[in-house]
Formats: sequence, structure tokens, C-alpha cells
Amino acid sequence: MILTKEQQALLDGEQGETMAKVVKTLVMYGEAFGAERMVPITSQYGHTVISFGIGVMKPVYELYDQLLAAGAVSKQPFSADPRPLDKNIPSSLLQNIVFKFMYSQQAHYENQLRQLGLMDKNAYTCACYLPQAGNVPKRGEILSWAESSAVVYANSVLGAKCNRNSGIIELMGSIAGFVPEFGLLTDDGRRADWIVEVRTSKLPDAQLLGSAVGMKVLEKVPYVRGLDQWLGKELSEDACAYLKDFGAACASNGSVGLYHIEGLTPEAVEAGESIIRENAPVYVVDDAELERVRQSYPCIWQDLDATPKLCFMGCPHMTLSQLKDWTVRVEKGLQAAGNKKVLIPTVFTSAPGVVKEFNRTAYAARLRATGVILSTICPLMYMNNPLSKKMPVITSSNKLRTYSSARFYSEEEILAKITKEGK
Amino acid sequence: MSRVFKGRVITPGETTAPALVSHGGLNTLASYQMALMFGDKQVKCGDQNNPDLYKKPMLGKALCLPETIGSTTGGMVLYTACAMGKQPACMLFSKPIDSLAASGAILAANWTNAVMPVVDSLGEEFLDYVKDGMTISVSLDGTVTVDG
Repeated sequence: MILTKEQQALLDGEQGETMAKVVKTLVMYGEAFGAERMVPITSQYGHTVISFGIGVMKPVYELYDQLLAAGAVSKQPFSADPRPLDKNIPSSLLQNIVFKFMYSQQAHYENQLRQLGLMDKNAYTCACYLPQAGNVPKRGEILSWAESSAVVYANSVLGAKCNRNSGIIELMGSIAGFVPEFGLLTDDGRRADWIVEVRTSKLPDAQLLGSAVGMKVLEKVPYVRGLDQWLGKELSEDACAYLKDFGAACASNGSVGLYHIEGLTPEAVEAGESIIRENAPVYVVDDAELERVRQSYPCIWQDLDATPKLCFMGCPHMTLSQLKDWTVRVEKGLQAAGNKKVLIPTVFTSAPGVVKEFNRTAYAARLRATGVILSTICPLMYMNNPLSKKMPVITSSNKLRTYSSARFYSEEEILAKITKEGK
Repeated sequence: MSRVFKGRVITPGETTAPALVSHGGLNTLASYQMALMFGDKQVKCGDQNNPDLYKKPMLGKALCLPETIGSTTGGMVLYTACAMGKQPACMLFSKPIDSLAASGAILAANWTNAVMPVVDSLGEEFLDYVKDGMTISVSLDGTVTVDG
């Protein structure tokens, strides 16, 4: 890799041993992918995936102490993934003890994040790119982000440029102010490797389609045909919410960092089919294929017929339009079933900025009246312990399903379960 | 009988260890999260979506895989595993390495005392050949010898 004089000086220790190690880490990272140079980060804000003060992750906090001691802080303010805990979410006494033990480093870690450059005391969401969250990169900007669902959204829907960086590496990029140029930062790396033909009878569940695509193409870039017939040709609020959920499933069930949607996402609109590589293989997704994928999901509940004790919606965090839409859907579902409150304790999760705006609307009181709890936490952080693992929890999130014992249902099924069936 | 494969060194080292093979992508967070958080001494794989590895001990094994997938906490999780001495003996990739696994290996090499040789681009034939329990030796130059 060819470094500028300034970058070489950092590597040689001009700003101390710790900064030299930060740059060495980034150089080795780039060299593993054949990067020939570093490029400056051009976005206003960064985003870190590590937001949780889990006691056992002491090595991460020690590393961050080293960075802080050396004055190696982020050159740009950044947002972070959601906080792990919320007292409003139902939990047993034992679970509360476990949470206290698990997240014993939360206050210490949040203090580290503030010192490293957190953009706001409430900048905790996986959907930092939502307008209300305030970290919306512009097309073509180069980012040093981690959080798979945010990276894939920024690349695909917003047309920004970011590799699937790991936690810690993303912060090191923001500290140095530059990142190695490879993969999704290059024009060639953004070309489509696969064609996905959607031939379903109706708009597929976003999280199910994303899962199917992620499992098929893994880390490759898919070009998806057939969705625009339902999503339209504009990146409307509804289309963006769909793509948010689709992308999160692609990224967690596989490792997709960028997708193109024919007629809809910016690079697909601009380049059309010329963005597809020659001889790209074709994956056809029809109703039968989605059912096959769905049936392949293991369920590790001890009792497969157990009555769900909790339902999580909002992984990744829900948009404002999703919160409003779901308020209406839950109300209508309850009314049709002759019920007043949801039959399964249900939590919707969203970004603090979105919740703040939602709470200013008339929908907030209506949602509360249905019994749904609105929170800003990360559902995965609630699920990641042996007690929660034993709980029969249901979700519409394919990401949460992948990382926990939560059982996946489509949005329509979830609605029926919480408003009508109760099991 | 032994077979020799040659790959590219991501982080160098020498080791000999029994093989543990994943034919699908290794979801690092899903595989390690419970074991690291709750002190599982054998570091058993917690990913129910990976039938090759689920519930099998990963500590000290020569982890043979195509790539890692999933959350971008992956590299941080590998780094943490290495810092805690809970890492596999080595990681051997049939494909070119992905950004998360590379991050984990490089963070561990630069910021911990752990030695975890990582070799990539060993080819599909490597994963077709190697089976759980076979003895694997890794050399500094990326030569991987499979006995069994």
C-alpha cells in the first residue's frame, strides 16, 4: 500500500505508539484486500456497532482506555447501536439480576464513548440513518461505519460508500480519518454479482425475502428485479422502511453489504443493468422458494407449542411511518377480534429521535392504549442470556431470529398472534 | 495419508490441532456470544443455524470454513475471544477472507498476545477433503497439512 507522507509519519510513530498501532491495523486490514491506498472519510458522522457494556468484554474497554490515554479519539462525531436495557420491558427478578451482572460495564462504556466522540447522549440506534436520528450520509460519501444493517442501508438506499467494517475497526478509521480503499469503496466492487428475480404472487415479507437472498448470495452484491411493481419507482417512506428490513435480513442471514433494486435504488436507477457483471447467475424467488427458506429455520424452543411470553418488533429499529402504520394495524386487529389490548406482551423498538417525534403525534396514545410497549433498546441484548433464551419469544425480525432463540413469524402472522390468537 | 494445501497468510503462526469443519459461513457473533458471555470453558458453538458446528467445542480447534457471515460485531468478537485465550487454534478459509474475519485476526495480532494463525484461499478442495478430527498442521508460509 502506498501511504501519503502524513500517513507514513503516523505509522512511523509521529503521534505516538498507540496511533501508530491504529494505522498499522488499518494498513494490514487494507492489505488483506489488496487496497493500494487510504482514502479520507468524507461523511460528517461515524457509527459504531458496539453500544453495550457487557462485563466479559473487558478487552475491548481496555483497548479503548489505551486509545483515550493516548488522545486517540474520533475525528468525527459518531452514533452508536442501541442501548441494551429498559426497565419498561417485562422481565423477571432473576432476569433483572442477570442483566445487572451482564451489563455491569454499561456506565463505564458509555463514558468512554462520550470521550471518544459520541455525537449526542441519546445517539443510540442501529437505524442511525433515519432522518430523526440525524446521521444521514449523502450519496458518494465515504464512511467508516459498522453495524451490518446500517452499512447495507447506507450503501444501497443512500448510495454512500462503506465496507462491512467490524466493530473497533470502524472506530479506528474515524480516529485516523481515513480508511483503506477496497471492496464497496470501489466502482468495481459495487457491481452486481447476482440477479435475483422476484416472482412471488404478492409483495414478499421483507425479512423473509432478505433472508433468502442473503443465504443464497452470501457476501456478493445482488441486483433484484421485480420489487418495483409493489414498491414503486420512488424511495418513499414505505419503500425505505421495506428496504431497511430487507437489507438487515440480507446482511445477517448472509453478509450482503450492498444490493441494487431495479428502478428504485440510486445506482440501479442511474446505471440500469450495466451495473450487473457478465454471466451473473440468476436466483429465482417465488412463493415456493420463500416457503422452503422459511421451513429451513430451526426453532430451539424446548416446547414448540409453548404460548409466547413476549413479542419483539423493530430489529432493526422501526421508522416513524412503521410505528404509525403498526398502530393502525394493531388497533384494527384488536377491533376485529373483539379485544382491547394485545394478548401477548409486545415491544416495538425504535430510535430515540423517532420515539420523541412519534410521542408528539396522536398515534402515541393510541399505541399505548393497545398495550404495546415502545422502547429504544436492542432486542438482541435482552435475548442474549440463558434465561431469556428459554423464553418463548416471537419476532418478525430475521436478524433477531438468527442471533437468538426468538421464533420468526411474518408480519401478518405476528399481527394475528398478538391481536387475536394469543398463542 | 496426508494432503497438503497452500494458502495465503493473513496472520502468521505455526500450530497443530484437530480439525473442526463448517461447510457454511460461520456466523461469528451467533457462534461465540453465549460461550464468551457465560464462561463456557469449551467455547461450544451457539449458532443453531449452523448444523456442522452447533454445540461442538471450538476452543483449540483448527477451524476450517469458507468464510464468516453476519453481524459486524464479528471482528470484535474474535478479538475478544483471542484476548481471553478462547480462540480457535487457527482459522483456515477455503475462500478469500471476508472483512469481518480479517478484522478480528488483525486486531488480535496487533492488540493482544494471542497467536492465531489465519490462512485464506485454500480452495474448495480443502473443505471437501478435511473432516472433523483430522490432524491439521499450519506452517508460517501458509502451508496446511491435513493428516487422517
